[in-house]
Amino acid sequence: MTGVTLALVALLGGVGAATRFVVDGLVRDRVAQGLPIATAVVNVTGSLVIGLLAGAQLYHAVAGPWLTAAMTGFCGGYTTFSTAMVETVRLLQAGELRRAALTALGSVVLTVAAAALGVGVMAYAA
Amino acid sequence: MSTRPHLHPGLVLAVAAGGAVGSVARGLLGSAVGAVDGWPLGTMTANLVGSFLLGLLLEALLRRGPETPRARLVRLALGTGTMGGFTTFSSLALEIERLLADGSTGVAVGYAAATVVLGLASCAAGVVVGARLRPRRALRGPAS
Repeated sequence: MTGVTLALVALLGGVGAATRFVVDGLVRDRVAQGLPIATAVVNVTGSLVIGLLAGAQLYHAVAGPWLTAAMTGFCGGYTTFSTAMVETVRLLQAGELRRAALTALGSVVLTVAAAALGVGVMAYAA
Repeated sequence: MSTRPHLHPGLVLAVAAGGAVGSVARGLLGSAVGAVDGWPLGTMTANLVGSFLLGLLLEALLRRGPETPRARLVRLALGTGTMGGFTTFSSLALEIERLLADGSTGVAVGYAAATVVLGLASCAAGVVVGARLRPRRALRGPAS
């Protein structure tokens, strides 16, 4: 990674993490807890965006440091794996095995589907 | 204000600063440790290490009792910001999607399962270690 790309990753990674913090808080204000919905909303929407960006790269020859920074920085900073794990471990600790399994499996299935949708939209638009 | 930290500009900035550091660290790790035999080792390493560290940090902070403003700043900058930014779900999802699209179904399923199972184990290990860390207060007991 060049210096310029790294600087852009830092910038967009910061923007992504801040966006996650705000979106997570806004969802939490509105949705009853029980399942970690806020983290799932962040991770699924971020996966859709990275799918769109990957599709732009694959089917529309978009490239360059801004694309790398948008994918690695923004999408990477916006989505989080560690928080999803902590929330699942907390469910396991509380003996909520079904909710924990639903959270873990649901997150993977929905994020992969969102990424595939993003790539697919860009392929269709090609 | 205190009940809605996500609308507090200073705290949002702290998360952004932490997220910048975490994202750069993940980017550098990804450059150094790429995919090995189609297996995205860089992302996996970041996710496992980050899950351990976030479990450790949050548990250690929780054990200190009611959250002080300083502890909240540490949690948001290092936890939500740095560890949240260091780990990623979008790259994980895209990597699984690409493996599936390439017809590498076995690798895709193995990578997804290994990341989640080891991620939970790493996080749980972090929680155990975090619970064992003694708060600094306790170390500052009266000299005997």
